[in-house]
This record gives sequence, structure tokens and C-alpha cells, in this order.
Amino acid sequence: MSLKDKLVSSYIAFEDHLEDDSPIHELRNEAIKVFETQGFPSKKEEAWKYTSLNALLKNNYSVFPKNERTIELKEVRKYFLHDIDTYKLVFVDGVYSSFLSDTTHDSLDVCLLSSALNKPKYKAVIENYFNKTAVKDSLTSLNTAFAKEGAYIHIPKHKEVEKPIEIINFSTGTEAAILLQPRNLIVVGENAHVQIIERHQSLNENQVLTNSVTEIFAEKRAFVDYYKIQNDAHTASLIDNTYVSQATQSHCRVHTFSFGGKLTRNNLNFYQNGERCDSTLNGITIIEGKQHVDHNTLVHHIAPNCESHQDYKGIFADSSTGVFNGKVYVEKEAQKLDAFQQNNNILVDDKATINSKPQLEIFADDVRCSHGCTIGQLDEDAMFYLQSRGIGKKESRALLMYAFANSVLESVKIPELKARINKLIANKIGVSLGFEL
Amino acid sequence: MLHIKNLHAGVEEKEILKGIDLDVKPGEVHAIMGPNGSGKSTLASVIAGKEEFEISKGAITFEGEDISELDPEERAHKGLFLSFQYPVEIPGVSVTNFIKTAINENRKAKGEADMPAGEMLKKIKEKAELLDIDRKFLSRSLNEGFSGGEKKRNEIFQLAMLEPKLAILDETDSGLDIDALKVVANGVNKLKSKDNAVIVITHYQRLLDYIVPDFVHVLMNGKIVKSGTKELAKELEAKGYDWIKEELV
Repeated sequence: MSLKDKLVSSYIAFEDHLEDDSPIHELRNEAIKVFETQGFPSKKEEAWKYTSLNALLKNNYSVFPKNERTIELKEVRKYFLHDIDTYKLVFVDGVYSSFLSDTTHDSLDVCLLSSALNKPKYKAVIENYFNKTAVKDSLTSLNTAFAKEGAYIHIPKHKEVEKPIEIINFSTGTEAAILLQPRNLIVVGENAHVQIIERHQSLNENQVLTNSVTEIFAEKRAFVDYYKIQNDAHTASLIDNTYVSQATQSHCRVHTFSFGGKLTRNNLNFYQNGERCDSTLNGITIIEGKQHVDHNTLVHHIAPNCESHQDYKGIFADSSTGVFNGKVYVEKEAQKLDAFQQNNNILVDDKATINSKPQLEIFADDVRCSHGCTIGQLDEDAMFYLQSRGIGKKESRALLMYAFANSVLESVKIPELKARINKLIANKIGVSLGFEL
Repeated sequence: MLHIKNLHAGVEEKEILKGIDLDVKPGEVHAIMGPNGSGKSTLASVIAGKEEFEISKGAITFEGEDISELDPEERAHKGLFLSFQYPVEIPGVSVTNFIKTAINENRKAKGEADMPAGEMLKKIKEKAELLDIDRKFLSRSLNEGFSGGEKKRNEIFQLAMLEPKLAILDETDSGLDIDALKVVANGVNKLKSKDNAVIVITHYQRLLDYIVPDFVHVLMNGKIVKSGTKELAKELEAKGYDWIKEELV
């Protein structure tokens, strides 16, 4: 049986356990129909031209992982930020781990989507926001059909959340292959500020496919900083579908750090619904072996006087492949816009590949849209400079790669996180630089 | 110390250096002057080992060893240093961290352990004072957003830290105002000893008022066409290079 057929028939069993009066029951029924009609995307679709899911879909995934393995804190401590205090939402094989989590209802809600979906006090928020900004494509619909757990974060207006919020999805996989579908809903009220860090981490060598959906709503003048740490095991693949809906004068930044994993696809969509919004989409990709990372971004400019900034950097070694498909869509009403997009890549080896494709669709006449794309090797003059100081070839290359990726790091506002990512980069580049980065 | 014999070098088919002979002994300061495009910077790069250039004839020996096949870092480990005309920017790596890396890489190549942190700090402090560099400067990203003068001062700071046997200063005076020039020249003079040597590559005589050369060589069209003492530099400053060209015809 194909994975698609398996999922469609699993839904029937899944539906039996749903409460009939749940507000999203009908949404799920519609969603599974969309998935059944469209199936998994194939390379025939323009947006999936350079990323094939075929090999991944051959695995016999468990759709409802059976055994929750308890994990010890010391086993996973390194995946958290521990120098600073944070709220934590931790899921193990899709199931909430109260032991590893640190939630709150004290002046803000950092809790579980499963409670929010079922408890009457959250009904209004769920009805107003759940699945409201997500595109109804096949993968998002697949998630909607089965979505039952994930982060629910609601920041009331004027609240500045001091501690960052960590969302961590562990997979332990007692099964040979598992499919996880976390679903996050984040609502940031007027003039509220929040910082969120998300990561997916497999703790063993089993096949994991995660099809994650995150909806973020930034109300008037809200500030959202969202960090995605993608440094998973080489047997884990991720399809991340993130939707950011911005109201007037809101600032949203999503930073994506892609170092690990087998196949990673980031569908990152921004919608600027109000005037004077500011959107930032940053990414550093450093991959090797046969890793594949695809950034598929959309910034949809709907209202006037807005800005968007995209800066994606990639370093590709061995026969790794990268894709950057960045779309900027400017509606007729979105005048006085400043949209900037940049994608710079370094191919370290002859067999590495990057497909970079900017797409600008502009229907307004008074806008500034710029984009740039470079694909190259390390600068020979710079190599000579470092070597002439007695620094060996390997370390010189590492220093230059580090410098290349560095500009994207400047926007990381949590010092502990920045130090952590610095270390990940140094490790990934495979060199000890003889000093703390 | 440095012995260059009939050196021919260039890029692919194009020969830039057409038979250079040069002898530098410990304790000496040599100036290499010449008009634009005469091959001055190429000579510096070839001595330091830039891969882009191919040596077609001749040899470069340093302390009795042929170094013409060595990688740039291996030449640095033997005590060669090139101060760049256009130093490269390395965002995210501070001046301090960069020099620590360079020093420890040099020590590693000699089979020595990393320099102890305390000793390193002391040395950095001492050399920074010598060149009038303040602490804030040391924590900035290497060359990023530096003014021309700051870049050159930083080059000489690295020179001071690495203590090479032979330093080649490629157009170190370009982009410097007179005060910065004095600081840089003063630093170089303080670092000079009877055991090390300096090659100053410059377009103008100005720097040579402060770093006084024992020998001055004129490079033209890839060859050293005239050698003399510091008086030659003054003559070049006054009369330009044309009279030498005429002399050659």
C-alpha cells in the first residue's frame, strides 16, 4: 500500500476518536479530501522541481507511533538552551512530555495545542486563528487532517515575554520509521514581543519524516523573532510549512539554520496584511554528503509602505544539493514597498549543486524591489591572505566559510543562542579555530 | 637570508617578472620602487607563494632552502611575512582571535603547543601599545569597516605579533596620512634588529624618510634596472622614472 493510501485509510480510524462537535472536525474532513485528491507533491510541480520526496515516501512509516519512550533529561539536555531560563514545550514522538517541559498560563499561554483544541476557554482563539493563514495545499492539509498536538502560544497585548520559548520535537522511534506531524499555533497580541526557538531532533538512526505546520499571527505592532534550528540526524527529514500573517506595523523575523538532516524543505510564507509591516527571512545552510535543503519562500505584499528582507547563505560540500526559490509577490495596492532579496552560495566541491531561483511578481508601480544571487567558490585572494599568515589551507577555508555565513548571524538577538549557533557552524565546517567563537 | 636568482614568473602565458636578482641579508632594509605595473606587487606575491603565479625560471631560496614550491603557509612558518596592500575583510573574526589563530597555527607547524593564554594577552597588549592601537580596535572584526590607515596599522600589528625573519611591506604607505605613516614606520623601526630584514615596496619616496633603506632597487617592466642607496630614492622622487627609461635606451 502506498503511503498516501495508508494515510487516507488511517484517517478513518483516527476520525473514530474525534469528538463530533469539535470545531475543527469538519476542517479535518475537508483537509483529508484535499490530500486524497492531490496526493504528495511530485517533481512535475514547478515548486517541487528540484526536490523529490519519492525516496522518502517508500518507507513504511508508522502514522501513530505506539510507544512513548521516556527519555532522561541528561540524554537531551544539550539540545536546550541552558545558560538562560526558557519556557519549554517538549514532545517525544509527537506526545507531550510534561517532565521535560516548562509551560505557563501566568499572563500568557504557553501550552499544548491538544488542550486548546478541546477546552472551551480557548474556543474563540481557535475559531479565529486555527488554519486561517495556512494554505490548503496537500502537505498542509495532510497535517490539518491529523493535527492533534503541538505548541499553543498566545501572548496577550502589550506583553513583552522576557524568556524565550523553546519548542522541541524529539523522535525516539521504537518503530523502524515514523511520520510526525506537529502543529503549532502562535498568536502574538498587539504590541507584544516574543522570541521562539524551534528544533526537531531524532535521538536514533531510524527513519523519521516530519511534516510540520506552524501558523504565526502578529497583531498590530507585535514583534516576533522565530529561530529554526535544523541540525537533525542524517536519517531524519523535515517538511516545514510555516505561515506568518502580519497586521499593521508588526515586525516578524524567521531565521533558519540548516546544518543537519537528510532532506529538508522549508515552505516559509509571509503575508503582510497591514501597512508598515517589516518582514525578515534569513537562513544559513551548511550541508555535506548527500544532504538536501530546499528553501521555498514567499513574501506576499498586500498593503502599502512595507518592507521585506531576505538573506540566505549556503555552503555546499560533497554532493549535497540546495534549492533557493524565493518569491516576492506585490499586489497593486502595495505601493511604496521596499523588498530586498539576496541569496549567496559557495560550492565547495565539484559535485555540489545549488538551484537558485528568484521570482518577482510586481503589480504595483511605485516600489523598490531588488534581488541578487551569487554562486561561487572561496575567494583565492582571501585564501592567500590567510595562508600567508601561516594558517593552513583547511583552517583558512573554515575561517572564510565562517566569515561568509556570519552576516546572517548578526540578526540573532539571543546571545546564548548566537554562541550556540556559532559553535554548530564551527563544528559543521569541521575545524577547531583555536578560540571560542 | 633571501636569495632570488634570475626569477621569471607570470600568470599563464603572460610573463610579468623577467629575470629578477635580489639578495637580502639579515639586518638590511631594501626598498623596491617602480612605476605602476612594473611588477612590484607580483614580486611580493611570488615570494610569499601566491598560487596564481607560476615560476617559469629561476629560484627563490630563503635561509639556504629553495622555497619556490612551498605553500604560502609553509613559507610563513619559515619566517616570511607579507603585509598586504589590500588586506582581506573577515567578518565575525576579531583582530585578537585572528592573531591567536595565526600564532598558534605557526606554533603547531613547528611542533610547539599553543601559546599560553596569559602570555598571549601580554604580548597582544605590548604590541598594541607599540602601534598605538586601543583595546576596542582589537575586538572588531578583522579589517571589516576599517579605514585605510586602520587596515595598514593592523597589518603591522600582525607583523609585530608574528615576528618574522623577513617582512615584505607591499605599498604599506598607500592610503595613509602623515600621522598614520609615522606610527606605522615607527613600529617597523622598533621591530627591526640585526637578525631580521625588511623589503619595502613603494611607489613614493615618502615612506623611506621614516623607514630608511640600505638599498634601493628600481623595478621596471619586470626587471631590476637600477640599484643604489637611499640617495637613489630621492633622485626618483625629484625626477620621476623617465630619466631611468632614457638611460636604459
